[in-house]
Amino acid sequence: MSDVVEKTLTALPGLLSLDLQTGAGKLSSTSKLGNLIRGITELTSKHDEEKLIKRELAAIKEQVSSPNTTMRQMKEIMVRSIYCEMLGYEADFSYIHAIKLAQQGSVLEKRVGYLAVSLFLNENHELLLLLVNTVLKDLQSTNLIEVCMALTVVSQIFPRDMIPAILPLVEEKLNHPKEIIRRKAVQALHKFYLIAPNQVQHIHSKFRKALCDKDPGVMAASLHIYLQMIKESADSYRDLAGSFVTILKQVVGGKLPVDYNYHSVPAPWVQIQLLRILALLGKDDQSTSELMYDVLDESIRRAEISHNITYAILFECVKTIYTIHPKEELLEKAAKCIGNFVLSPKINLKYLGLKALTYVVQQDANLALQHQMTIIECLDHSDIIIKRETLELLFRITNAQNVTVIVEKMLDFLRLCHEDYAIIDLVAKVAELAEKYPFRTPCPHLTPNNRWFIETMSTIFTVGGELMQPDIPSNFLRLLAEGSDSLEDDRQLRMYAVDSYVSLLQTNPTKLPQRFLQVISWVLGEYSHLVDDLSPCLVIELLVRLLERPDVASDTRSWVMTAVGKLSAGAGVGKLSAGTGAGGGTGEGAGLVQRVAQQHSSSLDTQLRQQALELQLLSQDPELHARVLPRGDAWGSLEVDSSLSFLDGFVSEALASGAAPYKPPHQRQEELRQEKALSLEPYALSLPISLSSCSIADRQSPTLLSISSGLSGNSAELAHRAGSGSLKLEGVKRVWGKDGYLPHQREVPEEPSVPQEDSAPAPPTFPQQSSALTPPSADPSEEDRDKQQLASSLFVGLSSNNSTCLMGKPEAPAPQRFRRKHKNTDSASASSSSDSSHSPHDAANHFLYSSLLEEGPASPIMLTQNSLAPSNRTEANGTHTRGDAPVLPTANGVADVGDREAPPSLTTANEAPSPGVGGHRDPPLLMGGMELVQPCPPPPAPTASTQSSAEGADTPQLPELPPESDHLPPESDHLPPELRNLPHSDMSPLASDQSLSLSCCRVHREDALVLVLQMSNACGAALLDVSVELQCHELKVASLRGNALESLPAQSVRVCWYTLLMEAPHTHVMVTGSVSYREESGPSHTLEISSKLSLADFLRPLVLSTEEYGKLWLSLSQDVKQNLKLLDPDGDPLCSSLSVLKDKLQLHVVDIIGSEGIVACKLLQGAPCLLHCRVHAGALAVWLRSPVPGLPDCLLYHLQRALQER
Amino acid sequence: MIKAILIFNNHGKPRLSKFYEHYSEDTEQQIIRETFHLVSKRDENVCNFLEGGILIGGSDNKLIYRHYATLYFVFCVDSSESELGILDLIQVFVETLDKCFENVCELDLIFHVDKVHNILGEMVMGGMVLETNMNEIITQVDSQNKMEKSEYPVTAQGFIPRASCSKLAGLMLKEPLLSVSYVWPSVIPVTFEQLSSHIYIN
Repeated sequence: MSDVVEKTLTALPGLLSLDLQTGAGKLSSTSKLGNLIRGITELTSKHDEEKLIKRELAAIKEQVSSPNTTMRQMKEIMVRSIYCEMLGYEADFSYIHAIKLAQQGSVLEKRVGYLAVSLFLNENHELLLLLVNTVLKDLQSTNLIEVCMALTVVSQIFPRDMIPAILPLVEEKLNHPKEIIRRKAVQALHKFYLIAPNQVQHIHSKFRKALCDKDPGVMAASLHIYLQMIKESADSYRDLAGSFVTILKQVVGGKLPVDYNYHSVPAPWVQIQLLRILALLGKDDQSTSELMYDVLDESIRRAEISHNITYAILFECVKTIYTIHPKEELLEKAAKCIGNFVLSPKINLKYLGLKALTYVVQQDANLALQHQMTIIECLDHSDIIIKRETLELLFRITNAQNVTVIVEKMLDFLRLCHEDYAIIDLVAKVAELAEKYPFRTPCPHLTPNNRWFIETMSTIFTVGGELMQPDIPSNFLRLLAEGSDSLEDDRQLRMYAVDSYVSLLQTNPTKLPQRFLQVISWVLGEYSHLVDDLSPCLVIELLVRLLERPDVASDTRSWVMTAVGKLSAGAGVGKLSAGTGAGGGTGEGAGLVQRVAQQHSSSLDTQLRQQALELQLLSQDPELHARVLPRGDAWGSLEVDSSLSFLDGFVSEALASGAAPYKPPHQRQEELRQEKALSLEPYALSLPISLSSCSIADRQSPTLLSISSGLSGNSAELAHRAGSGSLKLEGVKRVWGKDGYLPHQREVPEEPSVPQEDSAPAPPTFPQQSSALTPPSADPSEEDRDKQQLASSLFVGLSSNNSTCLMGKPEAPAPQRFRRKHKNTDSASASSSSDSSHSPHDAANHFLYSSLLEEGPASPIMLTQNSLAPSNRTEANGTHTRGDAPVLPTANGVADVGDREAPPSLTTANEAPSPGVGGHRDPPLLMGGMELVQPCPPPPAPTASTQSSAEGADTPQLPELPPESDHLPPESDHLPPELRNLPHSDMSPLASDQSLSLSCCRVHREDALVLVLQMSNACGAALLDVSVELQCHELKVASLRGNALESLPAQSVRVCWYTLLMEAPHTHVMVTGSVSYREESGPSHTLEISSKLSLADFLRPLVLSTEEYGKLWLSLSQDVKQNLKLLDPDGDPLCSSLSVLKDKLQLHVVDIIGSEGIVACKLLQGAPCLLHCRVHAGALAVWLRSPVPGLPDCLLYHLQRALQER
Repeated sequence: MIKAILIFNNHGKPRLSKFYEHYSEDTEQQIIRETFHLVSKRDENVCNFLEGGILIGGSDNKLIYRHYATLYFVFCVDSSESELGILDLIQVFVETLDKCFENVCELDLIFHVDKVHNILGEMVMGGMVLETNMNEIITQVDSQNKMEKSEYPVTAQGFIPRASCSKLAGLMLKEPLLSVSYVWPSVIPVTFEQLSSHIYIN
């Protein structure tokens, strides 16, 4: 320190003299900044600072708008604005001047301008468009520094839509003689890849060239891109593994220039990057992993100089070794490294050691055992971050035997912790652990029990307060409510909860957070009658006291009120049913309830007032009360009519009097958007959109009735919207949530979860054993004995022989503590008893929907309707409408309606039913008629086991395959008849296990993509409770046919289908889901399915004339241009390329004139996309236009793929 | 990816802030405050890694920081960056600053925010580590400084304004970040402890 002071003092005179010089005005510009900073430093309060900066900004504003300000002054002004912005004061008036400075200034001023732009603006800022020209100009500049600056700004911020404008120039820079330019160009392309991957599709070969660049800096820059791409799909780059290994070998071997050494370690950051890439490539791939073993070994060997950065490399090595296919020798070395980390006195390394342990402990639990004493020490470490990481590690090694100790440690930490994010995270973990482990275990003092569970949850609710995730209390309540298989256990648990909450409320309720109060009031309301010696009046009184407290939030009050309502039966009028020991208090209780109701019936809070009035009414009418709030296990009997059939009468009346049929929100939006487009270009009315969208509405409506008024309703709505229709639409939305009818979601049956089996808990590790493992230096002092005791309780059950029973990866859905009851069985019996009343709906439910799969966009699609291919426009339109007809039947419609409508010629041409059909109930003519339409060769044995959901109306049980037929029927037969004559892909296998195999097929309907999932039972016994869950965030699910089957008989096949709509364009979407089922008297199984759907599945030809095309073209705004590879360059390249595109992507070729062709398509019934193709200089120059941003990009991607794959 | 780079002094005054992800102006200020709050209360003998606050993305993100004399250098990174790697990157950054400004101190950062940004821009581009070779970075910066001399010959007297406010700022701001006597050895490897004993001179 003295050294520093001395140095400063000696320098002072010189500095002061300089200061005098500058005072002369030479540096007037810098001293303005000096003045500003001086001013700020001298201030004491935030308020003064604000005033000063405001003044400064006003001065800057005046200066920038003055015409006399030179660029040089402007540069200085920009620096001051940057300073103000950094302090958090907006200087938005200077943004435009920053752009101007970048545009007009000399090189140095330009640099400040660019810097200011990249600091001030974000990617979506509209002013950024003004920068494009400047960047363009600078990219073409001969001054290297200008080019560098332009590339730098491009890789910081650049508007996504303008990438095509500069892409060629940036690409060109990849061949620049200067390394720095090449490097920055690679970085800029990386940025493009991140924000618009489709647009750099075609330059992948150039990335490879960059990877092989002779300059290590360029190579290093390209690693960023590869890391990103390999993260997305490792499979496509496995061939590069060898190259990466070679590069790493060279780097490790010191082949790079000495410049790249850092502390005599060759290019450490490049090594780290390469090791990560190798980890991704070697994961789950033995042969690729084998390539890496040598170089990993060498990396570990070379990284022995103990410097910070070599530890960074070692850490990466360890992670890679544990990620790729294991090799014993390397694992040993890695374990040794981890040991060094953990035992290191350097705290950063200790932290990383714990992190590495956390990472590997799932594969090698012994490693944690070896270091148990160190881990215990870390638990009491003074650094909170080390503690957190240790708890994370413990969380991963939790098992049924040590859960209480670990949770106790976590709670200790939580009580002392003040960081919000840490609380949120830990509370969720404790809750997960508490719910996960069964409380019935042999040694009650160490393992969880009722008391432990309830107390742990209480602590969580108290500590977590309002911060915790809202699903924790609701999970807890669900767990209490659904219960386990043992009634007695449930009763005990609930009684304990009631007891502990009552005593909590009696002692000190003021500190309890709102969420906890809600939980308490629910539990008391629901279960306090279970406790015999607890007077309901007492509970009501406790609850009422809560109502009177001012700090209780209004939504908590309504929870309390509901609880009081439930309790009032036991207190006042429930003499008949309750008959508990609370006899004395009944009259008093009724009075209390009355008083509460009275008191709040004039509350200002409307919600509360309503509840008070309800309470008043209920407490006077015991019968009504018993019906509305049944006591006990009323959960199972709760039935929700998701079809809203009780509203049918109302709907039909409304429709009859001219109301518009219901449309789901996404369709309304789509129509609004189309309408917008329509208002701009009247000729677009010729698009066949309005008609078919109407058919969507029909299928969506809950009743059959709306079909009749489909067309008129639609026009009514159009007219309606011309006025002010928005309010009314809002009203509709309330009943129907975003994803359809709201209560429906509640009814979806829980996936039958596998009960957490404690697979043979090993005998507890005894203290002797653990002490044998501790470092020999440990003194047998008192403290150490404590630690060892702790160790033995923490690491119990962690020995090698039962390491398999460790919990799985934490990402996996946690198994629940209780075995859930299978509700399906309840509802099944209910539905069979009341079959006649709602069979159509139920039958629809028997059909399943699900996902399917596809490798590339160009997998074969059978184009069944040749007439849809557009040589003759009018005819195509005709077919189009007819093609829609079979689609019309609604979910509860009847299939033969559709069939009767089928052209008679088709029905008469019906094939004779084949022998396989003999045993079947379904009318053969139903299938045969359709098969003729299908151009693909008719299947040899149309066993026709299934029909559409519609048929379920008269046959609630699906017809079965004859048991003796040991072959599965041809796939296309399983398509529902109304889908059969639409273009569809082959059935492709999706997933299978020994008893169930799943395959799927995509059907291209005009207005949607229909996924048909076929489930075939291959084993000899029936499968029960088959249910399908399907998820896809990017797509709209328009309808589904059932998602649960009670049983799937042996050797039989079922289909379910699922209608998907794509609204915003995506190149690919992943549909994931699971099918779960139960074997008779066997355990449940779950099959995971996932499939990738491409945009091509959602494209439909857009049929229009050249004139219409011309008009539409001019009205579209989003455009993208790109050169593509040309097929068949010797013959007729345009025609052959276009016909390939037409076949693969279902485009409509409108016209071909000379070397130009125009093509059109649309995204289902929605946005059109027009393509203009021209053969130019050996390439196909494509120009795409669409009203929807993103669609051209996505389509372009598939065009490239389609042409490349040929 | 690096999400943000923040430099602030012992009192929490921001000296440089660079965000590689878009946040609103207010959020950025809150992040700076929150980060200072988290970092400043750490002792000196604890590790240099921290979990990010809620604003910057919670436990998915890490704060990696170093404390040099009067300044904190904080890099906020996501899980895809190597902690120790970033820690040394900060060291490279500070050493580079030291070479460019000759005994860099807080004042240099205040008055040459633009130059510091430019040096940083050579090292980190769009949140990715672009260059870690100190000589290369200095070559780039120097070539730009030469240009400055040719454009503004009068004022090009090195990094002047350190002097112009010597009176106002007091000695504190002029404390070199890297100890004066300390010259980065290119031959002798220096261990981490040795280095930190040099760094924590206050």
